[in-house]
Amino acid sequence: MARALMTGNHAAGQALALAGEANRAARGCAGGAYPITPQTEIIEYLRGFEFGKGRIVAVESEHSAMAVCMGASLAGARAFTASSSNGLAYMTENVFAAGYLRLPIVMIAVNRTLGPPWNIWVDQGDSLALRDAPWLQFYTDSHQDLVDTILVAFRVAEDRRVLLPAIVALDGFVVSHTQMAVDIPPQELVDRYLPPCDVPHRLRPEHPATMGGLTWPRETEHQRREIQRAMERVPEVLAEALDEFERVFGRRPDGAFRAEHTGDAGAVLIACNTMARTLRTVVTRRRRAGQRVGMVKAKLFRPFLRQALRDAIGPATRVGVLDRNHSPGSGGIFWQEVAATLQGRPDVLVQDYVVGIGGGDVTPEVIDGILDDLLVRERAAEPVWEEVAT
Amino acid sequence: MTAVAPQPNRVSQECIMRPGNTNCAGCGMSIGLQLLAQALEGERPYLAIPACCGIVTAGAFPTSAYASPTIATTFASSAAVATGISAVLRQNGDESPVICWTGDGGTYDIGVAALSAAAERNEDVIYICYDNEIYGNTGGQRSSATPAGVATTTTPHGKTERKKDMMAIMAAHRIPYAATLSVAHRGDFLRKIRHARATRGFRFLLMLSPCPTGWKSEPAESVELIRAAVGCGLFPLYEVFDGLRYRINDRPDGTPVEEYVSRQRRYTSAQIDPAVVRARVAEQWRCLEALATAFPAD
Repeated sequence: MARALMTGNHAAGQALALAGEANRAARGCAGGAYPITPQTEIIEYLRGFEFGKGRIVAVESEHSAMAVCMGASLAGARAFTASSSNGLAYMTENVFAAGYLRLPIVMIAVNRTLGPPWNIWVDQGDSLALRDAPWLQFYTDSHQDLVDTILVAFRVAEDRRVLLPAIVALDGFVVSHTQMAVDIPPQELVDRYLPPCDVPHRLRPEHPATMGGLTWPRETEHQRREIQRAMERVPEVLAEALDEFERVFGRRPDGAFRAEHTGDAGAVLIACNTMARTLRTVVTRRRRAGQRVGMVKAKLFRPFLRQALRDAIGPATRVGVLDRNHSPGSGGIFWQEVAATLQGRPDVLVQDYVVGIGGGDVTPEVIDGILDDLLVRERAAEPVWEEVAT
Repeated sequence: MTAVAPQPNRVSQECIMRPGNTNCAGCGMSIGLQLLAQALEGERPYLAIPACCGIVTAGAFPTSAYASPTIATTFASSAAVATGISAVLRQNGDESPVICWTGDGGTYDIGVAALSAAAERNEDVIYICYDNEIYGNTGGQRSSATPAGVATTTTPHGKTERKKDMMAIMAAHRIPYAATLSVAHRGDFLRKIRHARATRGFRFLLMLSPCPTGWKSEPAESVELIRAAVGCGLFPLYEVFDGLRYRINDRPDGTPVEEYVSRQRRYTSAQIDPAVVRARVAEQWRCLEALATAFPAD
């Protein structure tokens, strides 16, 4: 393994290039590239990479970036792109179309606040706005988690039991523009890990099917239910992909949820992306001070594995959710899922904390304050907004 | 659901649009698909078709009227989806034609950014617009291809703005080949498709497509209407090579514009002035002749 210091964006670019190159003996790779802060370095890296069999097309919009991915996937190639914020919003129609066409595209989403107002800092509201699209969604907490998860995402998305596209999200700037030491695996290991991409329903002149044409309600309902069943097969496919990852690369990326100290914890906080790492600092310190608190790093948001989350939370009766996103008129989006997951547990107090909206720095002190609130709170209230210093 | 077996067809070897589709009588797009198949002589192109009557042609799952591999793209995306298909075919040594088959809404309006970008990149794609000058599939609303004066459901008193000159826009991209197609000029139509097929890079073909439903015309007169449109000079037949060399294929033969406009209630209901149409036709020809003289293809 080559351990190197690099930004999150370059790590993501390298992982995509390795995955694309791993398909050179099959139909190669392709994708669309369009810049938007803070993901731009990813597509710059891809445009500069010399693929053995692949082409990254510099298009005129995110909408077309996803359209090129769809065409490439329909022609049997491994397809990928990257975007952020308003770019994802502009792409949305084709994001849905790619999923409904069951095309195993992988997209990096560098999380950034949706505007207006114009704000380039991190907020997960951009990719979470795509939660109702038929895509897997992974949230990563570090450079290494990002690289590993990108490779895992291709393997799961392209598996015949799944055949759905996948988003791999990371925090804008906090990960995309900071450097950490990362193990970038050599091409031969990625070749071994990723089987040739085979899109079984790709367009073929010898079998001239029409994809995406008119269907009646019954056929449409069947198609939607097939997507739901494919989502339900993700846990077994992901588990296999993680096992195989460990065999090939010698380390095991986190799965859907990573529970820490929840076995005996009375209170548990849940967070995704780099907030989970800050949360880990707080929980570790509190454990040393003898407090029975725990945490869950939420990594897989779609599908949302409710039983896996219940298992991860354990016996805790106080559960707080850190949401760096906000659904106006409701609350944090992770909280909605957590509350639905725990609806059979009236003994559990579930409280939402909307925090770091628009990229505010969620420091250990901020999380300390949230944990203090959760530990003494008598009953759950509407989502609490935690203001942070800019 | 019972799948209906396709009927034996004389030209089944050349067919792209199979018999048994539900297109309107007198539909220019249907004629265009048949001519396209004849020109390609049995080759099955990859088709990227956005939201338009062209994808309704396929019919309902699990049957399809298309004998070619076809993707129904989102409205704005046919040129970008075709880019992805073409990129992957070419890197695998497959030279099969990739064709966008689109209406004017998907070309002049919502798809113009993706189209312009694919043309600027000179993608190895054939883009064919069947231009019926309205959003036909949604019942006949104005597009930027609708000529001035025409009544549509969203311009009930006649459109006040002029038709966008898409050929000029595409020629300005300096693409290898751009040409207009008439369903009333079969030989010219087939020759142009074959030239497009033999050319590499981005090729743009614009076909004036009669739509009896939207034009309020007689289905049986569709081909004659297009002959009149060419004859009166309203729809010039010409080719542009590399965006800079012009060849005019046919010149006005003295057919009065009334021969064209008076047979369509979309014109007559708005009571447009044929003198205005004549003036614009003359202006268009001055421009085209000047280009063909200054930048001749031959």
